[in-house]
Amino acid sequence: MTSVALQQGRVRTGFRESRALLLTLLAALVLLVSLVALGLGATGVPLSRTLSIVTDAVMGRTALGGDGLIILQVRLPRLLLGLLIGAALAASGALMQGLFRNPLADPGLIGVSAGAALAAATTIVLGDALLAPLIGPLPFTALPVGAFTGGLLTTLALYVVATRSGRTSIATMLLAGVAFGALSGAVMGLFSYVSDDRQLRDLSFWSLGSLSGATWTKTMTVAPFILLTLLAMPFLARGLNALALGEAEAFHLGVPVQRVKALAILLVAVAVGASVAASGMIGFVGIVVPHVLRLMAGADHRMLLPASALLGAALLVTADTVARTMVAPAELPIGILTAAIGAPFFLWLLLRRPGGMAL
Amino acid sequence: MSALLEATDLAYHSGGRVLVDGVDLAFAGGSFTIIIGPNGAGKSTLLRLLCGELAPARGAVRWNGETLHAIPAWRLAHRRAVMPQASDLNFPFTVFEVASLGTEGIGRGLSRSDRQRLAFEALEQADVAHLAPRNYQTLSGGERQRVHFARVLAQLAAGRTLESQQALFLDEPIASLDLKHQLALLNTARGLARQGLAVIAVLHDLQLASGLADELVLLHRGSLVTRGTPDAVLTPATLANVFGIALNADALPASPWSLVRAQEHSAA
Repeated sequence: MTSVALQQGRVRTGFRESRALLLTLLAALVLLVSLVALGLGATGVPLSRTLSIVTDAVMGRTALGGDGLIILQVRLPRLLLGLLIGAALAASGALMQGLFRNPLADPGLIGVSAGAALAAATTIVLGDALLAPLIGPLPFTALPVGAFTGGLLTTLALYVVATRSGRTSIATMLLAGVAFGALSGAVMGLFSYVSDDRQLRDLSFWSLGSLSGATWTKTMTVAPFILLTLLAMPFLARGLNALALGEAEAFHLGVPVQRVKALAILLVAVAVGASVAASGMIGFVGIVVPHVLRLMAGADHRMLLPASALLGAALLVTADTVARTMVAPAELPIGILTAAIGAPFFLWLLLRRPGGMAL
Repeated sequence: MSALLEATDLAYHSGGRVLVDGVDLAFAGGSFTIIIGPNGAGKSTLLRLLCGELAPARGAVRWNGETLHAIPAWRLAHRRAVMPQASDLNFPFTVFEVASLGTEGIGRGLSRSDRQRLAFEALEQADVAHLAPRNYQTLSGGERQRVHFARVLAQLAAGRTLESQQALFLDEPIASLDLKHQLALLNTARGLARQGLAVIAVLHDLQLASGLADELVLLHRGSLVTRGTPDAVLTPATLANVFGIALNADALPASPWSLVRAQEHSAA
């Protein structure tokens, strides 16, 4: 009995301590990469100077040189946008994987990315060709607003298709999402076929994703959407844990399954919709980050969701820092980097699992 | 004895096929009922109707007179636990975490350490406490089944803080267990019935069922054939009619269960 009690004690405290430690380490990592990201770039700023500029600004002092402007007006909004989007994509990935009970699920599965992409392509090509002659050049907000709306509408449509008599079939939603993705791919192909050179360039740049358009306005517009959804996600953690056993089992455990499903889909649609609208399509963050964390710290969503948000934020900021310094003064689209790092890493994950991966 | 759970004219269809048709049944607390019948008789469907997972196409299930479907999921989860046939996990949850799912969000006035204690005690009861830190995905089929048994035991223990009358549903709970753990699990289930729970299980092994159950419910093609004590249900005539086997129930070879029971008796 004593040995059992001892073991019980060890199991308990072991869990709690390792989780607190992991979250602390991840938060420290976010802070570290953020400071590095602020300092690095076409104009290098030493760490001490970066720190004093940021603390000055926070204290409300405005004694700024050129480097102060670069950091506060260019790099800081971009850093914050990167943190927000990285956190949104990774946490949404964890949420989707929990909902689909599948470690390979991607936030795009519910159609939000494809819908946003289609709306963006429509805005870029048709808006430019049809509307611009009538009302002059489209306002620069047309693209993100269109993408956000398109993403949400698509998810809503898929949700309606997959819901019969008050129950949403996750499998139907997935298959409808695949069908819609193919359709949207066809339409996008058609658009790039008929577009002119400039439109084509906009299209391909958008579909690869980039944080280069970051401004304070953009960051502050996106922030409430992402922060609110990130704050709401942990409330789904218990339901997602139970859902891992299956929908029937989750119901047996008292989870309001339909409400959890609807809320999870809504949160992901808003978070990913806002991210895609602000930065275009950035792949692989949503798959790789939760996966790594599950290997490190287990599958409990109460830990997985916040940890994914932190690691996603750190990863995307790192990728963005590389993207804008590697070929400076030009920039690589960040989607190229995340896919180039993410895809081989993902294959490696698959290969090192002895029994293969259960779908 | 008043019925805790009552089904009236229960029917369920799926894809044009009638799976359960016009079943009337009542279950009392303190009784261990085993549902038997050939493959496709509708045993699992009946169990899923009784636990509130499926909505009946016709008829109703009542819990103390209250329609089961009017009871919210969280309250139902305090009143009954369900052990599924098989449950896969695609994520690396530990055994302790799986058992803890039974205590999270269930119960009143339970501290975090209370819940952990309940989960751990349930693991001990199901003889899987030594596996607590292990990844569930690396377990054998039998070990997984025992972990799920621990999960439902933990759920019942936590739910007891809010609801005094409870039910336990077991769907083929011993399919992949070795003999020792088959007996241990069924013994525990019987013990819960003795404590006042309504325990309802689907079981294929007629010998075990007849040795254990207070009452057998025999299903055939979605309909209730008969119910009653094992001796009354397992007659040569019903066995021939329902299972299509010519078997003399009196001549059933002694089951391991009856041997164990004999030992228990002589010890007592």
